[in-house]
Amino acid sequence: MSQIVKIEDMNKYFGDLHVLKDINLTVDAGEVVVIIGASGSGKSTLIRCVNGLEEFESGHLEVDGHPLIPKGGNQKSLAEIRKQVGMVFQQFNLFPHLTVKKNIMLAPMKVKDESQVVANGTAERLLQRVGIADQANKYPSHLSGGQQQRVAIARALAMEPRLMLFDEPTSALDPEMIGEVLDVMRELAKEGMTMMVVTHEMGFAREVADRVFYIHEGQIVEEGKPEDVFDNPQNERTQSFLSRVLKH
Amino acid sequence: MEFQFQFDWQAAIDSIPFLLKGVPYTLLISFGGLAIGFVLGIFFGLLSINKHWFLRWPATAYIEIFRGTPILVQVLFIFYGLPDLIGGPIDPLTAGIAAIALNSGAYISEVVRGGVQSIDKGQTEAGLSLGLSRTQTFWSIVWPQAFRRMIPPLGNQAIVSIKDTSLFSVIGVGELVRQGQVYIANTFTAFEVYFVVAILYLMITLTLSLILRLVERRGLTSV
Repeated sequence: MSQIVKIEDMNKYFGDLHVLKDINLTVDAGEVVVIIGASGSGKSTLIRCVNGLEEFESGHLEVDGHPLIPKGGNQKSLAEIRKQVGMVFQQFNLFPHLTVKKNIMLAPMKVKDESQVVANGTAERLLQRVGIADQANKYPSHLSGGQQQRVAIARALAMEPRLMLFDEPTSALDPEMIGEVLDVMRELAKEGMTMMVVTHEMGFAREVADRVFYIHEGQIVEEGKPEDVFDNPQNERTQSFLSRVLKH
Repeated sequence: MEFQFQFDWQAAIDSIPFLLKGVPYTLLISFGGLAIGFVLGIFFGLLSINKHWFLRWPATAYIEIFRGTPILVQVLFIFYGLPDLIGGPIDPLTAGIAAIALNSGAYISEVVRGGVQSIDKGQTEAGLSLGLSRTQTFWSIVWPQAFRRMIPPLGNQAIVSIKDTSLFSVIGVGELVRQGQVYIANTFTAFEVYFVVAILYLMITLTLSLILRLVERRGLTSV
């Protein structure tokens, strides 16, 4: 099985703060990797490094065979990587000046030179898939948070990515809307999409993840199958984190 | 003898045809200058937020110089000073348009900077993560949103610049105030004529305000 993401001995600093410490992590094609950890542990920073939204100071990172090099170097593969990696943000980051459909059509037309007709067809199909075909011509501000996040997922999928990154996709949602977004993600996972997910939804992690990584203060302190990590954590920091988040 | 002032309506009305000849000049200097100022404003406004200091620095210098000196001094410098440098006269209309362009350009640079910086960083990140280049991300995602926010301050600047053209009577451009002065020199009806001049400015600026309000309303509903 081919590796989509390969991270070796990656270190990242924010000024003097050492936010990622010797990260080693791989994601195989079709695999769903969930990263959990407390706020500020570096889990979002980690997945933001994968598509180059954050730079790192040392180590090696490869996405589908394309290398990203440490800060200061010439990122020759960055454009290629970003074409192949979709990202879903906590705050959705939909384009408010474009309709839902135009949000989805923008990148295929600009980046892949798709014709309007083709991009339009793709957008309609994807909106169908995430269950909001009827909202196509509305502006994002007229949609609920859950609907907006589903549009954001469709927008990323329109580029036919090899890998999807989810950065706390449900953290900004009202509780009653979390389910509809997780459903779409679950569906994606089932269809074989390779995914890296940062989330606080432990139920989702347990159910969908192939592997779970627990990050504490910038370090991966525990990794394994969800049943092992959740039911039988080896590291005491994982134990205390899980006992705090699973209590309620 | 008792002093009595009577507003001479006939004098006011009589002055209108002569004053109206100044309106095209006022509009030409204002909007000609603003059009160039807008281009300068986009150019220097975007330079002023560039990450390279050697690009930022000239933009900042331009903005500070033209915001920090009176537009009257600027136009006098262009009209009376620059000919010494270039070895030939500059016609007053050109000098007026240049002064409005350079002056409004400095303020518009700040409007552009503020507008662009007000757009959430997440918008840029979303564009980049979809594979768009920095340039594509800026022009198709950030700029359209920033421009919408820039409309009210741009309208404000247009009104300021229209009024600033009144100062150019000193270099003899036949704009509204200059026309008024010439007319008064013959009729000595200063009160009536300046009253009409003020009304004409107000008609121009109110029309512009109205248009802007309509544009704004249309722009905001789609965001």
